[in-house]
Amino acid sequence: MFEQDQRKPIIASRRGFLGLAAGGALLAAGAGQTRAQMVQTKARIVIVGAGAGGTGIANKLAARLSGAEITIVDGRKQHWYQPGFTLIAAGLKPASYSVSATGDWLPQGVNWVEEYAAGIDPEAQTVTTEGGTKLDYDFLIVASGLTLNWAGVEGFDLSMVGKDGIGAVYAGPEQAEATWREMDAFTDKGGVALFGRPATEMKCAGAPLKYTFLTDDYLRRKGTREKSQLIYAANNKALFGVPIVNEKVKLLFNDRGVDVRWSHVLKGIDLGTKTATYTIPEVQEIKDGQIVVTPAKEEKIAFDFINVIPPMIAPQVIRDSGLSWADKWVGQGWIEVDQSTLRHLRYPNVFGIGDINGVPKGKTAASVKWHLPVVEDHLVAMIEGKEGTQTFNGYTSCPMITKIGRAMLIEFDYKDNLVPSFPGVIAPLEELWISWLMKEIGLKPTYNAMLRGKA
Amino acid sequence: MKELTFETLLAVFEEMFGSGLFWFMVALAAGITAAYLYVLIRDRALSMRKFLVAQLSMPFGAIAAVVFVWQITNSGLSDIGGPVDVIILLGVAAIGAVGLAILVYTAQSLLRKAG
Repeated sequence: MFEQDQRKPIIASRRGFLGLAAGGALLAAGAGQTRAQMVQTKARIVIVGAGAGGTGIANKLAARLSGAEITIVDGRKQHWYQPGFTLIAAGLKPASYSVSATGDWLPQGVNWVEEYAAGIDPEAQTVTTEGGTKLDYDFLIVASGLTLNWAGVEGFDLSMVGKDGIGAVYAGPEQAEATWREMDAFTDKGGVALFGRPATEMKCAGAPLKYTFLTDDYLRRKGTREKSQLIYAANNKALFGVPIVNEKVKLLFNDRGVDVRWSHVLKGIDLGTKTATYTIPEVQEIKDGQIVVTPAKEEKIAFDFINVIPPMIAPQVIRDSGLSWADKWVGQGWIEVDQSTLRHLRYPNVFGIGDINGVPKGKTAASVKWHLPVVEDHLVAMIEGKEGTQTFNGYTSCPMITKIGRAMLIEFDYKDNLVPSFPGVIAPLEELWISWLMKEIGLKPTYNAMLRGKA
Repeated sequence: MKELTFETLLAVFEEMFGSGLFWFMVALAAGITAAYLYVLIRDRALSMRKFLVAQLSMPFGAIAAVVFVWQITNSGLSDIGGPVDVIILLGVAAIGAVGLAILVYTAQSLLRKAG
Protein backbone atom coordinates (compact mmCIF):
# COMPACT_ATOMS: atom_id res chain seq x y z
CA MET A 1 0.00 0.00 0.00
CA PHE A 2 2.77 2.34 0.93
CA GLU A 3 4.57 1.54 -2.31
CA GLN A 4 1.41 2.54 -4.16
CA ASP A 5 1.30 5.80 -2.25
CA GLN A 6 4.84 6.49 -3.33
CA ARG A 7 3.87 6.15 -6.96
CA LYS A 8 0.66 8.13 -6.86
CA PRO A 9 2.01 11.59 -7.73
CA ILE A 10 4.11 10.11 -10.48
CA ILE A 11 1.08 8.43 -12.08
CA ALA A 12 -0.90 11.63 -11.84
CA SER A 13 2.01 13.56 -13.26
CA ARG A 14 2.40 11.14 -16.11
CA ARG A 15 -1.07 12.03 -17.37
CA GLY A 16 -0.21 15.71 -17.17
CA PHE A 17 2.95 15.21 -19.12
CA LEU A 18 1.45 13.06 -21.87
CA GLY A 19 3.45 13.59 -24.99
CA LEU A 20 5.62 16.29 -23.52
CA ALA A 21 9.29 15.74 -23.90
CA ALA A 22 10.13 18.34 -21.27
CA GLY A 23 8.31 16.42 -18.57
CA GLY A 24 10.02 13.19 -19.53
CA ALA A 25 13.37 14.23 -18.19
CA LEU A 26 11.91 15.35 -14.88
CA LEU A 27 9.98 12.11 -14.50
CA ALA A 28 13.04 10.04 -15.24
CA ALA A 29 14.91 11.88 -12.50
CA GLY A 30 12.05 11.40 -10.02
CA ALA A 31 11.53 7.75 -10.83
CA GLY A 32 15.25 7.14 -10.88
CA GLN A 33 15.45 7.33 -7.07
CA THR A 34 15.66 3.77 -5.83
CA ARG A 35 14.33 2.90 -2.40
CA ALA A 36 16.34 0.92 0.07
CA GLN A 37 15.46 -2.76 -0.13
CA MET A 38 12.61 -4.03 2.06
CA VAL A 39 13.73 -6.11 5.02
CA GLN A 40 11.67 -9.16 5.97
CA THR A 41 11.05 -9.51 9.69
CA LYS A 42 8.48 -10.58 12.25
CA ALA A 43 9.78 -8.07 14.78
CA ARG A 44 7.30 -6.39 17.13
CA ILE A 45 8.11 -2.70 17.31
CA VAL A 46 6.32 -0.38 19.72
CA ILE A 47 6.60 3.39 19.30
CA VAL A 48 5.57 5.51 22.29
CA GLY A 49 4.33 8.87 21.03
CA ALA A 50 2.86 9.92 17.67
CA GLY A 51 4.36 13.40 17.47
CA ALA A 52 6.98 14.46 14.95
CA GLY A 53 9.44 11.71 15.95
CA GLY A 54 6.99 8.83 16.39
CA THR A 55 5.09 9.54 13.18
CA GLY A 56 8.26 10.07 11.15
CA ILE A 57 9.83 6.80 12.29
CA ALA A 58 6.54 4.88 11.83
CA ASN A 59 6.48 5.97 8.19
CA LYS A 60 10.14 5.22 7.66
CA LEU A 61 9.92 1.75 9.22
CA ALA A 62 6.69 0.91 7.39
CA ALA A 63 8.51 1.64 4.13
CA ARG A 64 11.61 -0.35 5.13
CA LEU A 65 10.23 -3.41 6.90
CA SER A 66 8.00 -6.11 5.52
CA GLY A 67 6.06 -8.29 7.96
CA ALA A 68 6.96 -6.25 11.06
CA GLU A 69 4.28 -5.62 13.66
CA ILE A 70 4.50 -1.87 14.24
CA THR A 71 2.35 -0.35 16.99
CA ILE A 72 2.25 3.34 17.85
CA VAL A 73 0.82 4.41 21.21
CA ASP A 74 -0.61 7.90 21.68
CA GLY A 75 -3.93 9.15 23.01
CA ARG A 76 -3.65 12.54 21.36
CA LYS A 77 -6.05 12.88 18.44
CA GLN A 78 -4.53 16.15 17.25
CA HIS A 79 -1.11 16.51 15.75
CA TRP A 80 0.51 19.85 16.53
CA TYR A 81 3.04 21.51 14.24
CA GLN A 82 4.84 23.14 17.14
CA PRO A 83 7.28 25.28 15.13
CA GLY A 84 4.18 27.22 14.07
CA PHE A 85 3.32 28.35 17.61
CA THR A 86 5.56 31.43 17.42
CA LEU A 87 3.89 32.57 14.18
CA ILE A 88 0.45 32.02 15.72
CA ALA A 89 1.43 33.97 18.84
CA ALA A 90 2.66 36.78 16.59
CA GLY A 91 -0.73 37.07 14.90
CA LEU A 92 0.68 35.91 11.57
CA LYS A 93 -1.17 32.58 11.42
CA PRO A 94 -4.43 31.29 12.92
CA ALA A 95 -4.44 28.53 15.56
CA SER A 96 -5.56 26.05 12.88
CA TYR A 97 -2.18 26.52 11.15
CA SER A 98 -0.60 24.08 13.62
CA VAL A 99 -3.43 21.58 13.94
CA SER A 100 -3.96 18.40 11.97
CA ALA A 101 -5.16 14.90 12.87
CA THR A 102 -2.68 12.35 14.21
CA GLY A 103 -4.31 9.62 12.13
CA ASP A 104 -3.81 11.50 8.86
CA TRP A 105 -0.06 11.04 9.01
CA LEU A 106 0.15 7.40 10.05
CA PRO A 107 0.83 4.82 7.36
CA GLN A 108 -1.41 1.85 6.70
CA GLY A 109 -0.15 -1.29 8.32
CA VAL A 110 0.85 0.55 11.49
CA ASN A 111 -1.45 -0.18 14.41
CA TRP A 112 -2.35 3.03 16.27
CA VAL A 113 -3.43 2.41 19.86
CA GLU A 114 -5.33 5.60 20.71
CA GLU A 115 -4.38 5.64 24.38
CA TYR A 116 -1.52 7.13 26.33
CA ALA A 117 1.19 4.80 27.60
CA ALA A 118 0.85 4.27 31.34
CA GLY A 119 3.79 1.98 31.98
CA ILE A 120 6.99 0.84 30.32
CA ASP A 121 8.91 -2.18 31.59
CA PRO A 122 12.19 -2.47 29.68
CA GLU A 123 13.10 -5.67 31.56
CA ALA A 124 9.91 -7.52 30.59
CA GLN A 125 9.82 -5.62 27.27
CA THR A 126 6.24 -4.46 27.61
CA VAL A 127 4.32 -1.22 27.29
CA THR A 128 1.02 -0.93 29.15
CA THR A 129 -1.58 1.61 28.05
CA GLU A 130 -3.92 3.65 30.23
CA GLY A 131 -6.74 1.30 29.23
CA GLY A 132 -4.73 -1.65 30.53
CA THR A 133 -3.69 -3.11 27.17
CA LYS A 134 -0.31 -4.80 27.44
CA LEU A 135 1.92 -4.62 24.38
CA ASP A 136 4.96 -6.89 24.13
CA TYR A 137 7.82 -5.58 22.07
CA ASP A 138 11.11 -6.71 20.59
CA PHE A 139 12.12 -3.11 19.91
CA LEU A 140 10.94 0.03 21.64
CA ILE A 141 11.18 3.56 20.28
CA VAL A 142 10.58 6.27 22.85
CA ALA A 143 9.29 9.41 21.14
CA SER A 144 7.08 10.62 23.95
CA GLY A 145 8.09 14.26 23.83
CA LEU A 146 8.24 16.15 27.10
CA THR A 147 5.87 17.47 29.71
CA LEU A 148 5.33 21.17 30.32
CA ASN A 149 5.28 21.31 34.10
CA TRP A 150 2.80 24.17 34.61
CA ALA A 151 2.57 23.34 38.29
CA GLY A 152 6.21 24.43 38.47
CA VAL A 153 5.07 28.06 38.21
CA GLU A 154 3.32 28.99 41.47
CA GLY A 155 0.00 30.76 41.17
CA PHE A 156 -0.26 29.95 37.47
CA ASP A 157 -3.04 28.05 35.77
CA LEU A 158 -3.54 27.46 32.05
CA SER A 159 -7.03 28.94 32.32
CA MET A 160 -5.38 32.33 32.98
CA VAL A 161 -3.87 32.45 29.49
CA GLY A 162 -5.50 35.09 27.31
CA LYS A 163 -6.53 37.33 30.23
CA ASP A 164 -4.84 40.11 32.17
CA GLY A 165 -1.72 40.12 30.03
CA ILE A 166 -0.94 36.45 30.58
CA GLY A 167 0.45 34.50 27.65
CA ALA A 168 1.89 31.02 27.24
CA VAL A 169 3.09 30.38 23.69
CA TYR A 170 4.24 26.83 24.40
CA ALA A 171 0.93 25.56 25.78
CA GLY A 172 -0.76 24.81 22.46
CA PRO A 173 -2.25 26.41 19.33
CA GLU A 174 -5.27 27.88 21.17
CA GLN A 175 -3.12 29.31 23.93
CA ALA A 176 -0.66 30.67 21.37
CA GLU A 177 -3.55 32.49 19.70
CA ALA A 178 -4.79 33.73 23.07
CA THR A 179 -1.25 34.95 23.78
CA TRP A 180 -1.33 36.92 20.53
CA ARG A 181 -4.52 38.70 21.66
CA GLU A 182 -2.79 39.73 24.88
CA MET A 183 0.44 40.73 23.11
CA ASP A 184 -1.58 42.70 20.55
CA ALA A 185 -3.42 44.56 23.33
CA PHE A 186 -0.17 45.16 25.22
CA THR A 187 1.68 46.54 22.19
CA ASP A 188 -1.24 48.90 21.48
CA LYS A 189 -0.52 50.84 24.65
CA GLY A 190 2.89 49.70 25.92
CA GLY A 191 4.07 48.93 29.45
CA VAL A 192 6.34 46.29 30.98
CA ALA A 193 6.64 42.90 29.30
CA LEU A 194 8.40 39.91 30.83
CA PHE A 195 10.11 37.14 28.90
CA GLY A 196 12.50 34.40 29.93
CA ARG A 197 13.22 30.73 29.98
CA PRO A 198 13.12 27.94 32.55
CA ALA A 199 16.22 26.54 34.22
CA THR A 200 15.53 23.00 32.95
CA GLU A 201 16.33 21.62 29.51
CA MET A 202 13.73 22.93 27.11
CA LYS A 203 12.42 22.47 23.61
CA CYS A 204 13.38 25.13 21.10
CA ALA A 205 15.45 27.31 23.37
CA GLY A 206 15.33 30.04 20.75
CA ALA A 207 11.57 30.52 20.97
CA PRO A 208 11.58 32.75 24.10
CA LEU A 209 14.10 35.04 22.38
CA LYS A 210 12.11 35.14 19.13
CA TYR A 211 9.01 36.18 20.99
CA THR A 212 10.90 38.99 22.68
CA PHE A 213 12.10 40.24 19.28
CA LEU A 214 8.59 39.99 17.82
CA THR A 215 7.03 41.95 20.68
CA ASP A 216 9.71 44.60 20.24
CA ASP A 217 8.92 44.77 16.51
CA TYR A 218 5.20 45.25 17.15
CA LEU A 219 5.88 48.00 19.70
CA ARG A 220 8.01 49.83 17.13
CA ARG A 221 5.45 49.36 14.35
CA LYS A 222 2.72 50.71 16.61
CA GLY A 223 4.82 53.57 17.94
CA THR A 224 4.64 52.43 21.56
CA ARG A 225 8.21 51.20 22.02
CA GLU A 226 9.27 54.31 23.93
CA LYS A 227 6.51 53.76 26.45
CA SER A 228 7.60 50.17 27.05
CA GLN A 229 10.18 48.12 28.86
CA LEU A 230 11.03 44.63 27.67
CA ILE A 231 12.67 42.52 30.33
CA TYR A 232 14.28 39.19 29.49
CA ALA A 233 14.96 36.98 32.50
CA ALA A 234 17.82 34.65 31.58
CA ASN A 235 18.01 31.53 33.77
CA ASN A 236 21.81 31.78 33.97
CA LYS A 237 24.55 34.03 32.62
CA ALA A 238 23.75 33.40 28.96
CA LEU A 239 20.99 34.05 26.46
CA PHE A 240 21.81 31.08 24.25
CA GLY A 241 23.79 27.88 24.79
CA VAL A 242 26.09 28.33 21.79
CA PRO A 243 28.70 30.99 22.73
CA ILE A 244 28.96 32.73 19.33
CA VAL A 245 25.16 32.90 19.02
CA ASN A 246 24.92 34.11 22.61
CA GLU A 247 27.21 37.04 21.80
CA LYS A 248 25.18 37.90 18.70
CA VAL A 249 21.86 37.80 20.57
CA LYS A 250 23.40 39.97 23.32
CA LEU A 251 24.35 42.55 20.69
CA LEU A 252 20.87 42.44 19.16
CA PHE A 253 19.17 42.74 22.57
CA ASN A 254 21.40 45.70 23.30
CA ASP A 255 20.46 47.23 19.93
CA ARG A 256 16.76 46.69 20.58
CA GLY A 257 16.98 47.97 24.14
CA VAL A 258 15.94 44.74 25.83
CA ASP A 259 16.69 44.82 29.53
CA VAL A 260 18.34 41.50 30.46
CA ARG A 261 18.23 40.19 34.04
CA TRP A 262 20.78 37.41 34.54
CA SER A 263 20.21 34.30 36.70
CA HIS A 264 16.50 34.95 37.14
CA VAL A 265 14.30 31.87 37.23
CA LEU A 266 10.54 32.32 37.20
CA LYS A 267 9.10 30.98 40.46
CA GLY A 268 5.53 32.14 40.32
CA ILE A 269 3.11 34.83 39.32
CA ASP A 270 0.52 36.76 41.26
CA LEU A 271 -2.45 37.74 39.15
CA GLY A 272 -3.84 40.10 41.79
CA THR A 273 -0.82 42.39 41.85
CA LYS A 274 0.33 41.44 38.33
CA THR A 275 3.80 40.61 39.55
CA ALA A 276 6.16 37.77 38.76
CA THR A 277 8.53 36.35 41.32
CA TYR A 278 12.00 35.25 40.29
CA THR A 279 14.52 33.20 42.22
CA ILE A 280 18.13 34.31 41.99
CA PRO A 281 20.49 31.56 43.14
CA GLU A 282 23.34 32.01 45.59
CA VAL A 283 26.48 33.44 43.99
CA GLN A 284 30.03 32.81 45.17
CA GLU A 285 32.73 35.17 43.97
CA ILE A 286 36.32 35.73 44.86
CA LYS A 287 37.04 39.38 45.61
CA ASP A 288 40.52 40.39 46.74
CA GLY A 289 41.28 36.80 47.65
CA GLN A 290 38.15 36.50 49.80
CA ILE A 291 35.19 34.33 48.92
CA VAL A 292 32.15 36.54 48.93
CA VAL A 293 28.82 34.75 49.08
CA THR A 294 25.70 36.52 47.92
CA PRO A 295 22.84 34.44 49.30
CA ALA A 296 19.95 33.29 47.12
CA LYS A 297 17.15 35.79 46.98
CA GLU A 298 13.83 36.49 45.35
CA GLU A 299 12.83 39.45 43.24
CA LYS A 300 9.39 40.63 42.25
CA ILE A 301 8.80 42.38 38.93
CA ALA A 302 5.49 43.97 37.98
CA PHE A 303 4.28 43.28 34.44
CA ASP A 304 1.62 44.27 31.95
CA PHE A 305 2.35 41.28 29.72
CA ILE A 306 4.20 38.02 30.38
CA ASN A 307 5.00 34.94 28.29
CA VAL A 308 5.04 32.13 30.87
CA ILE A 309 7.33 29.22 30.05
CA PRO A 310 7.31 26.47 32.68
CA PRO A 311 10.02 23.98 33.64
CA MET A 312 10.13 21.03 31.25
CA ILE A 313 10.51 17.42 32.33
CA ALA A 314 10.13 13.94 30.91
CA PRO A 315 6.56 12.54 31.07
CA GLN A 316 5.73 10.61 34.26
CA VAL A 317 5.55 7.29 32.40
CA ILE A 318 9.16 7.74 31.27
CA ARG A 319 10.40 8.89 34.67
CA ASP A 320 8.84 5.74 36.16
CA SER A 321 10.24 3.40 33.51
CA GLY A 322 13.85 3.18 34.61
CA LEU A 323 15.04 4.42 31.21
CA SER A 324 16.17 7.82 32.51
CA TRP A 325 19.70 8.92 33.36
CA ALA A 326 20.38 8.34 37.06
CA ASP A 327 23.20 10.87 37.38
CA LYS A 328 22.49 13.50 34.72
CA TRP A 329 19.62 15.95 34.55
CA VAL A 330 18.46 14.57 37.88
CA GLY A 331 14.77 15.17 38.41
CA GLN A 332 14.17 15.88 34.71
CA GLY A 333 14.08 12.26 33.54
CA TRP A 334 15.59 12.37 30.01
CA ILE A 335 16.42 8.89 28.78
CA GLU A 336 19.91 7.43 28.86
CA VAL A 337 20.82 7.13 25.19
CA ASP A 338 24.13 7.18 23.37
CA GLN A 339 24.42 10.67 21.95
CA SER A 340 25.63 9.42 18.56
CA THR A 341 23.46 6.37 17.94
CA LEU A 342 20.44 7.38 20.09
CA ARG A 343 20.36 3.80 21.34
CA HIS A 344 19.71 3.23 25.04
CA LEU A 345 22.93 2.59 26.93
CA ARG A 346 21.46 -0.15 29.12
CA TYR A 347 18.74 -1.61 26.87
CA PRO A 348 20.10 -2.02 23.31
CA ASN A 349 16.64 -2.73 21.88
CA VAL A 350 15.40 0.69 23.03
CA PHE A 351 15.91 3.89 21.00
CA GLY A 352 14.93 7.49 21.62
CA ILE A 353 13.81 10.18 19.18
CA GLY A 354 13.20 13.85 19.83
CA ASP A 355 12.78 15.84 23.02
CA ILE A 356 12.92 12.84 25.36
CA ASN A 357 16.56 12.02 24.57
CA GLY A 358 19.05 12.75 27.32
CA VAL A 359 21.62 14.34 25.02
CA PRO A 360 23.27 17.74 25.36
CA LYS A 361 21.43 19.37 22.45
CA GLY A 362 18.57 18.99 20.11
CA LYS A 363 15.06 19.41 21.50
CA THR A 364 13.76 20.70 18.17
CA ALA A 365 11.88 19.32 15.18
CA ALA A 366 15.01 19.99 13.12
CA SER A 367 16.90 17.56 15.34
CA VAL A 368 14.11 15.01 14.97
CA LYS A 369 14.69 15.14 11.23
CA TRP A 370 18.28 14.06 11.86
CA HIS A 371 17.37 11.52 14.57
CA LEU A 372 15.06 9.61 12.23
CA PRO A 373 17.59 8.17 9.73
CA VAL A 374 19.99 7.32 12.57
CA VAL A 375 17.40 5.33 14.55
CA GLU A 376 16.08 3.71 11.36
CA ASP A 377 19.61 2.66 10.38
CA HIS A 378 20.53 1.15 13.75
CA LEU A 379 17.19 -0.56 14.30
CA VAL A 380 17.03 -2.12 10.83
CA ALA A 381 20.68 -3.15 11.06
CA MET A 382 19.98 -4.83 14.40
CA ILE A 383 17.06 -6.73 12.85
CA GLU A 384 19.39 -7.90 10.08
CA GLY A 385 22.03 -8.90 12.62
CA LYS A 386 24.40 -6.14 11.52
CA GLU A 387 25.76 -2.95 13.03
CA GLY A 388 24.35 0.44 12.02
CA THR A 389 26.73 3.09 10.79
CA GLN A 390 24.87 6.40 10.93
CA THR A 391 25.50 8.88 13.71
CA PHE A 392 23.81 11.99 15.08
CA ASN A 393 26.17 14.93 15.55
CA GLY A 394 23.84 17.02 17.69
CA TYR A 395 22.45 19.00 14.77
CA THR A 396 19.91 21.57 15.84
CA SER A 397 18.43 24.38 13.87
CA CYS A 398 16.79 27.56 15.04
CA PRO A 399 15.39 30.10 12.63
CA MET A 400 15.89 32.97 15.08
CA ILE A 401 13.25 35.53 14.13
CA THR A 402 14.55 39.02 14.90
CA LYS A 403 11.58 40.92 13.44
CA ILE A 404 8.65 40.15 11.18
CA GLY A 405 10.32 39.57 7.84
CA ARG A 406 13.83 38.73 9.04
CA ALA A 407 15.53 35.84 10.80
CA MET A 408 18.93 34.29 11.41
CA LEU A 409 19.20 30.68 10.27
CA ILE A 410 21.25 29.30 13.14
CA GLU A 411 22.36 25.69 12.89
CA PHE A 412 24.81 24.04 15.27
CA ASP A 413 26.04 20.71 16.63
CA TYR A 414 27.08 19.16 19.95
CA LYS A 415 30.43 20.96 19.83
CA ASP A 416 28.81 24.40 19.40
CA ASN A 417 30.10 24.55 15.83
CA LEU A 418 27.90 26.49 13.47
CA VAL A 419 26.97 24.05 10.71
CA PRO A 420 25.18 26.11 8.06
CA SER A 421 23.19 24.19 5.43
CA PHE A 422 24.11 26.74 2.80
CA PRO A 423 27.67 27.77 3.72
CA GLY A 424 28.84 30.90 2.00
CA VAL A 425 25.32 31.68 0.83
CA ILE A 426 23.17 32.12 3.91
CA ALA A 427 25.19 33.61 6.72
CA PRO A 428 24.02 32.15 10.05
CA LEU A 429 24.49 35.27 12.16
CA GLU A 430 22.98 37.79 9.77
CA GLU A 431 19.38 38.96 9.95
CA LEU A 432 18.13 37.94 6.54
CA TRP A 433 14.93 37.96 4.53
CA ILE A 434 15.72 34.57 2.98
CA SER A 435 15.94 32.98 6.44
CA TRP A 436 12.52 34.44 7.22
CA LEU A 437 11.12 33.06 3.95
CA MET A 438 12.44 29.63 4.91
CA LYS A 439 10.70 29.83 8.29
CA GLU A 440 7.44 31.16 6.89
CA ILE A 441 7.13 29.17 3.67
CA GLY A 442 9.60 26.32 3.65
CA LEU A 443 9.56 24.91 7.15
CA LYS A 444 6.07 23.43 7.41
CA PRO A 445 6.22 21.57 4.08
CA THR A 446 9.61 20.19 5.07
CA TYR A 447 8.21 19.15 8.45
CA ASN A 448 5.22 17.48 6.78
CA ALA A 449 7.50 15.64 4.37
CA MET A 450 9.48 14.49 7.44
CA LEU A 451 6.30 13.17 9.05
CA ARG A 452 5.68 11.13 5.92
CA GLY A 453 9.21 9.75 6.23
CA LYS A 454 10.31 11.45 3.02
CA ALA A 455 12.63 14.16 4.29
CA MET B 1 19.56 20.22 6.28
CA LYS B 2 20.90 16.68 6.27
CA GLU B 3 20.55 15.87 2.61
CA LEU B 4 18.71 17.79 -0.02
CA THR B 5 17.96 15.19 -2.68
CA PHE B 6 15.70 15.70 -5.66
CA GLU B 7 13.19 13.31 -4.06
CA THR B 8 13.15 15.36 -0.82
CA LEU B 9 12.63 18.54 -2.81
CA LEU B 10 9.67 17.01 -4.66
CA ALA B 11 8.15 15.86 -1.35
CA VAL B 12 8.57 19.36 0.15
CA PHE B 13 6.94 21.03 -2.86
CA GLU B 14 4.09 18.51 -2.82
CA GLU B 15 3.47 19.41 0.82
CA MET B 16 3.74 23.13 0.10
CA PHE B 17 1.09 23.29 -2.59
CA GLY B 18 -0.71 19.98 -2.20
CA SER B 19 0.10 17.10 -4.50
CA GLY B 20 -2.57 17.95 -7.10
CA LEU B 21 -1.80 21.65 -7.44
CA PHE B 22 1.95 21.11 -7.49
CA TRP B 23 1.89 18.58 -10.32
CA PHE B 24 -0.71 20.67 -12.15
CA MET B 25 1.68 23.64 -12.00
CA VAL B 26 4.62 21.48 -13.11
CA ALA B 27 2.50 20.20 -16.01
CA LEU B 28 1.42 23.75 -16.86
CA ALA B 29 4.99 25.05 -16.87
CA ALA B 30 6.13 22.06 -18.91
CA GLY B 31 3.17 22.55 -21.26
CA ILE B 32 3.97 26.21 -21.87
CA THR B 33 7.65 25.40 -22.40
CA ALA B 34 6.72 22.63 -24.83
CA ALA B 35 4.32 24.97 -26.67
CA TYR B 36 7.12 27.56 -26.89
CA LEU B 37 9.48 24.97 -28.37
CA TYR B 38 6.66 23.82 -30.67
CA VAL B 39 6.09 27.29 -32.16
CA LEU B 40 9.85 27.84 -32.52
CA ILE B 41 10.17 24.60 -34.47
CA ARG B 42 6.95 25.22 -36.42
CA ASP B 43 7.94 28.72 -37.46
CA ARG B 44 11.63 27.78 -37.85
CA ALA B 45 12.56 31.32 -36.80
CA LEU B 46 12.29 33.68 -33.87
CA SER B 47 9.83 36.43 -34.80
CA MET B 48 11.49 39.67 -33.78
CA ARG B 49 8.17 41.53 -33.59
CA LYS B 50 6.69 38.96 -31.20
CA PHE B 51 9.97 38.85 -29.31
CA LEU B 52 9.83 42.62 -28.86
CA VAL B 53 6.32 42.45 -27.37
CA ALA B 54 7.49 39.60 -25.15
CA GLN B 55 10.44 41.70 -23.99
CA LEU B 56 8.16 44.62 -23.24
CA SER B 57 6.13 42.35 -20.95
CA MET B 58 9.22 41.36 -18.93
CA PRO B 59 9.19 44.22 -16.40
CA PHE B 60 5.55 43.45 -15.62
CA GLY B 61 6.40 39.80 -15.06
CA ALA B 62 9.32 40.79 -12.83
CA ILE B 63 7.25 43.17 -10.69
CA ALA B 64 4.31 40.77 -10.51
CA ALA B 65 6.55 37.95 -9.26
CA VAL B 66 8.13 40.10 -6.54
CA VAL B 67 4.78 41.53 -5.41
CA PHE B 68 3.36 37.99 -5.36
CA VAL B 69 6.12 36.82 -3.00
CA TRP B 70 5.55 39.84 -0.73
CA GLN B 71 1.81 39.21 -0.77
CA ILE B 72 1.96 35.55 0.24
CA THR B 73 4.52 36.24 2.98
CA ASN B 74 4.62 38.67 5.87
CA SER B 75 7.56 40.55 4.43
CA GLY B 76 8.45 43.40 2.13
CA LEU B 77 11.27 45.46 0.63
CA SER B 78 12.47 46.77 4.00
CA ASP B 79 13.29 43.23 5.11
CA ILE B 80 16.19 42.88 2.69
CA GLY B 81 19.06 42.25 5.08
CA GLY B 82 22.09 41.23 3.04
CA PRO B 83 23.51 40.49 -0.40
CA VAL B 84 21.87 37.07 -0.61
CA ASP B 85 18.48 38.73 -0.12
CA VAL B 86 19.11 41.03 -3.07
CA ILE B 87 20.12 38.01 -5.16
CA ILE B 88 16.92 36.19 -4.16
CA LEU B 89 14.84 39.26 -4.98
CA LEU B 90 16.50 39.62 -8.40
CA GLY B 91 16.10 35.88 -8.94
CA VAL B 92 12.37 36.07 -8.25
CA ALA B 93 12.11 39.05 -10.62
CA ALA B 94 14.11 37.23 -13.31
CA ILE B 95 11.90 34.15 -13.09
CA GLY B 96 8.80 36.33 -13.37
CA ALA B 97 10.24 38.25 -16.32
CA VAL B 98 11.40 35.22 -18.31
CA GLY B 99 8.27 33.24 -17.47
CA LEU B 100 5.94 35.97 -18.68
CA ALA B 101 8.07 36.63 -21.78
CA ILE B 102 7.86 32.98 -22.81
CA LEU B 103 4.13 32.95 -22.13
CA VAL B 104 3.53 36.14 -24.13
CA TYR B 105 5.64 34.97 -27.07
CA THR B 106 3.98 31.57 -27.17
CA ALA B 107 0.48 33.01 -26.82
CA GLN B 108 1.09 35.41 -29.72
CA SER B 109 2.44 32.62 -31.87
CA LEU B 110 -0.40 30.25 -31.12
CA LEU B 111 -3.15 32.87 -31.52
CA ARG B 112 -1.77 34.43 -34.69
CA LYS B 113 -0.18 32.59 -37.60
CA ALA B 114 3.51 32.75 -38.16
CA GLY B 115 4.77 36.07 -39.40
